[in-house]
Amino acid sequence: MRRQPPQWRIEMLLIHCPYCDEARAEIEFAYAGEAHIVRPPDPSLMSDEEWQRYLFIRSNPRGRHHERWRHIHGCGRFFNAVRDTATDKFEATYKAGEPRR
Amino acid sequence: MTRFSAFSLFAKALGGHQSWPEQWPDASPKPDYDAIIVGAGGHGLGAAYYLAKKYGITKVAVIEKGWLGGGNTGRNTTIIRSNYLYDESAHLYDHALKLWDGLSQELNYNTMYSKRGVMMLAHNVHDVQSFKRHIHANRLNGVDNEWLSAEQAKEYCPPLSISPDARHPVLGAALQRRGGTARHDTVAWGYARAAAALGVDIIQNCAVTGIRRGADGAVEGVETTRGFIASKRIGVSAAGHSSVIMQMAGLDFPLESYPLQALVSEPVKPVFPCVVMSNTVHAYMSQSDKGELVIGAGTDQYVSYSQRGALHIVEHTLAAICEIFPIFRRMRMLRTWGGIVDVTPDRSPILGKTPVKGLYVNCGWGTGGFKATPGAGDLLAYTMAKDEPHPINAPYNLDRFRTGRLIDEAAAAAVAH
Repeated sequence: MRRQPPQWRIEMLLIHCPYCDEARAEIEFAYAGEAHIVRPPDPSLMSDEEWQRYLFIRSNPRGRHHERWRHIHGCGRFFNAVRDTATDKFEATYKAGEPRR
Repeated sequence: MTRFSAFSLFAKALGGHQSWPEQWPDASPKPDYDAIIVGAGGHGLGAAYYLAKKYGITKVAVIEKGWLGGGNTGRNTTIIRSNYLYDESAHLYDHALKLWDGLSQELNYNTMYSKRGVMMLAHNVHDVQSFKRHIHANRLNGVDNEWLSAEQAKEYCPPLSISPDARHPVLGAALQRRGGTARHDTVAWGYARAAAALGVDIIQNCAVTGIRRGADGAVEGVETTRGFIASKRIGVSAAGHSSVIMQMAGLDFPLESYPLQALVSEPVKPVFPCVVMSNTVHAYMSQSDKGELVIGAGTDQYVSYSQRGALHIVEHTLAAICEIFPIFRRMRMLRTWGGIVDVTPDRSPILGKTPVKGLYVNCGWGTGGFKATPGAGDLLAYTMAKDEPHPINAPYNLDRFRTGRLIDEAAAAAVAH
């Protein structure tokens, strides 16, 4: 009997760019950290605790993760994505500025 | 527990090695403990061992989701060194390095610690200046580190190409002779065996699903897949899953978890006498006692818990290895794998108390936790036994991300990140 390759094996992520409307290989993209972290409107009013939360605290979930990607070797634009960090499967990608999914 | 010695080896040999007892029992959880450690990797088992050995706290449980030493302890590239730039880092990592010495004798278990030297290659003027700065800083902290010319580096590690035409020319190297490697599995096994002999329960296949806190906020115990286990002292040493565990206690941590990959080649005769790291081109390599070349790659770019990464990361590392060591161009690689590393914003660990009473943490070791195994275990045990950090791990508190007193090894360390 011929051995089947293991099903979980992936070589690289395939990422759908919402601007180019095309799924492309991960090497075309740069990861840009957690998404929907709002820049403080008036930094001078912020306490040390708020700075700590803004600069350093990340949700780092095992499961649904909202994150930013940039299609550096394509259109060059930033977009957002929802990916499951346990399986690395993308649930959705959407344009920057659209509401959190 | 049978003590390992030439005599016991000979005596058991007469019986065909059939009568060796199990090295540690696979314990079932008791209702309560004086201390619980979450995570049976080298760090967690080390903490349990030192709690029992140094502080007489023997009613300890080490709870592990999978199997003992199956996380990053079994997935790293076994490099040991302490040539970090800042005073706090040098003290922390050199504390561990001193414990590696004599660890095999203390545990009566051969950890195969081999001081074969860790050599870091300088490929450009910036590397040369930065490594020399490290060497001077290390010497002020009593940590050995010396500068080698390209020719001396070649003499120390003959497979190295120092041709001036090379894509990554070697201008020199920093060498820490006390650095080296150890057999990663035996570190976990040795601590497990020694801790179990002192009465520690090692509970495998038991995932922590919650941390129970009382009305005053202090911890009361952990919910697990095998029921509730009570304890007033909980130490979390869960590597890539640390932030998941800390959220069970309602704490948000400055951590992100990334896949870090490594690979080994087919086994060959001894050909590579030391550890070589090249931070600039992201490659590091040593040869295991089995003969495999053990190669470490960089982290993948995205947050993940999947314990696997993308092939282009491995390809990038192998391209650098082939340039620096042309002798290995026709070697075949046998296996690649990934581990999940918890990375802090300043690339230094968090080791100490938390805002929750009775909850202690040892996390954030990122890409370089193996070398610190004995030190981290020792310091976590101290912190849990005394309810205050040791002077060595006091700077590694959680509060530094609020005060801004970071230990910023990310920009300046001799570390491959």
